[in-house]
Amino acid sequence: MDFNDAPEEAAFRAEARAWLEKTLSQPNAKASLRIEGPEGMKAAKAYQKKKAEAGYVGLTWRKDVGGRELPPIFSVIFGQEEAKFQAPMGPFAIGLGMCIPTVIAFHSPDKIKRYVGPALRGEEIWCQLFSEPSAGSDVAGLKTRAVRDGDDWVINGQKVWTSGAHYSDYGILLARTNPEKEKHKGLTMFVLNMKAPGVEVRPIHQMSGGSNFNEVYFNDVRIPDSERLGEVGNGWNVALVTLMNERLAVGGSSGPEYAEILELARNTPSPSGKGTLLQDQAFRERLASWYVSAEGYTLGKYRTMTALSKGQTPGPESSIGKILNANRMQDIGNAAIEAEDHYGIISDPALAPMQGAFHNAYMWAPGLRIAGGTDEILRNIIAERVLGLPQDVRVDKGVAYKDLPGGR
Amino acid sequence: MNFDFSDDQKMLREQAQKFLAEKSSRKVVRDVLNDAAKSHDPALWKGVAEQGWLGVAIPEEFGGLGLGGLELCVLAEEIGRAVAPIPFSSTVYFFSEAILAAGSSDQKKALLPKVAGGEVIGAFAISEGPGAPSPSSIEATFDGAKLSGVKIPVTDGDIATHAVVLAREAGGTSLVLVDLNQAGVKRETLATLDPTRGHAKLTFNKAGAERLGKAGEGWNLAEAVLDRAAVLIAFEQLGGAQACLDMAVDYAKSRYAFSRQIGSFQAIKHKLADMYVAIELGRSNAYYGAWALSTESAQLPLAAAAARVAASDAYYFAAKENIQAHGGMGFTWEVDCHLFYRRAKLLAVQAGGPGVWKEKLVRRLELKNAA
Repeated sequence: MDFNDAPEEAAFRAEARAWLEKTLSQPNAKASLRIEGPEGMKAAKAYQKKKAEAGYVGLTWRKDVGGRELPPIFSVIFGQEEAKFQAPMGPFAIGLGMCIPTVIAFHSPDKIKRYVGPALRGEEIWCQLFSEPSAGSDVAGLKTRAVRDGDDWVINGQKVWTSGAHYSDYGILLARTNPEKEKHKGLTMFVLNMKAPGVEVRPIHQMSGGSNFNEVYFNDVRIPDSERLGEVGNGWNVALVTLMNERLAVGGSSGPEYAEILELARNTPSPSGKGTLLQDQAFRERLASWYVSAEGYTLGKYRTMTALSKGQTPGPESSIGKILNANRMQDIGNAAIEAEDHYGIISDPALAPMQGAFHNAYMWAPGLRIAGGTDEILRNIIAERVLGLPQDVRVDKGVAYKDLPGGR
Repeated sequence: MNFDFSDDQKMLREQAQKFLAEKSSRKVVRDVLNDAAKSHDPALWKGVAEQGWLGVAIPEEFGGLGLGGLELCVLAEEIGRAVAPIPFSSTVYFFSEAILAAGSSDQKKALLPKVAGGEVIGAFAISEGPGAPSPSSIEATFDGAKLSGVKIPVTDGDIATHAVVLAREAGGTSLVLVDLNQAGVKRETLATLDPTRGHAKLTFNKAGAERLGKAGEGWNLAEAVLDRAAVLIAFEQLGGAQACLDMAVDYAKSRYAFSRQIGSFQAIKHKLADMYVAIELGRSNAYYGAWALSTESAQLPLAAAAARVAASDAYYFAAKENIQAHGGMGFTWEVDCHLFYRRAKLLAVQAGGPGVWKEKLVRRLELKNAA
């Protein structure tokens, strides 16, 4: 057992680190992934272009599409080093992590050539159009229709929770092409030009106050058949490839951790009125549990890296990370607010501890527990794909989509 | 990055699994459970000695195999999985490790080869009554030659040949090495939650004994032994917890209710997924403990505490929810769920309970953060 890189990994890490230092020159352990405003976007695009020119985008992709055909461990290593800097990579994560790999796997050679380069250099941004108001966990139950008309498909319907739709140039769109078939079998995947007539993007106002996601409406939007990804009716299998890539793209926790609440507790009176909160036994026990959870997550990633380093593919067991992180974030945010007693209700960054980071965690965590697979769906995934438990009894097996309750 | 056991260590695991499946079958465990006169299986103990496991971490010059802590972690996990009815943890993680850490070369020469050979069964005696012991609570006394006082409970104290005892000496505490087969030692067996391991109350009345390590250093030495043992016990706990999850998964696939496998119900799925999450969390923390143990890292105290807290939580959760998943069958004597539920509790308290370790964890974290 050791935590050392293999020699070629160490060399790559040093090279990446040197490039990042030269390019970004601002190491920051608490890198923010949020891009705010046109200035932020400009900076992000400029960084992405340099990154592509230096050969750090698409590390695992085929060489003929502009990749380097490196094993996934190299992507992880670059990501680790990049996370130590204030790298503005937010707007490209979904496109490069999920959409473009799907394009590479399923599109025609000339279209691959058309799309991959600009995405790689950050000239074009992509989003993923899967979830719908009535199809979240059960995304294969989606309603958005694609009807063939000559060489085109005509799209009508609505997507929701689309990150970055408002600044995206393209999206991969999962739509229903045949409601006469079973729900998983009547779907087809397309590349959608987000600027096409009939595409309307509306921001979602989240309970946290911010707007990181959108609704996307389609009114007679036309997509040429040449922008179809995979066979008609094979959209679900195409989507599984996209979602498999999501697993490798999952990030770490972004909120305050045990170390931050430990510091807070050092200077907060205990509920008993004697000593500090950090001296309070009940608080200490919870602190121990958060530490075990956070460390377990980090160390679990080292186990995943070990598997990657040996050429193995990480399986659905990495679903654990999001369950742990989202719940810990919520608990720590909640505990910090309660620790402040009545004062804890104040979220004003000028008055609240850590400029309101605990309050942000409290308000953001409910979304994190739902996004990218709810706690419940992730438990199903662990139960079915890791433990091998049988699927739930399905009322939708062998039934045409149009005849399903809630279908059309 | 190589945060995993080596191929050789994995091979050792396979051998251990095969050996224990045969020699420490559930029938062997139950024979000890059902027979009030038995608190371990002597044939299994002999077999374990022949495999060389008792001396895995003992240097070759003292009759061991001279392998390291990682190999011991591998064995511990398998022993936990098998709920093996042998005094392995007392003898190896506590007694042998205490002598390795604090013993003089004469003490090592006298005892370690016999540990490796299975002739010496060791015990580690700190507790004197209800509640977590502290340096000031210890009442047993050592005068440089004689030991007096009461230790209760002492795991495997009914069958141990020797014990390492924490006793008061000259204003502080010392570790004391005592041969239990002498007139000054009285043993009374104790009824406990886990009859697959023996327990005794040991009363010392001017028993002949010798110091282990320096006078006054007893508490610190004991803490160091406990840190190492905590990692090893964490692996036993994870082996047991994994066995519970495996049992629950098998049962959930084979048991039908409402004309469907109960494993198809989300209430069962999510329970089992939570067991898996708890075990993996424990495993990642225990791996770090194993790394710290095998490299003598300064991180060991914090890593050991995290491993112990995570593994204790995981085993308790897996053991109780395994019973729940089995329904009424799980509450019967005949179904094996309770073997794990019993062992889970013994392992959770025998080296200091979860509350004690959470406190140690936070104290060590404060030190680290202050540094």
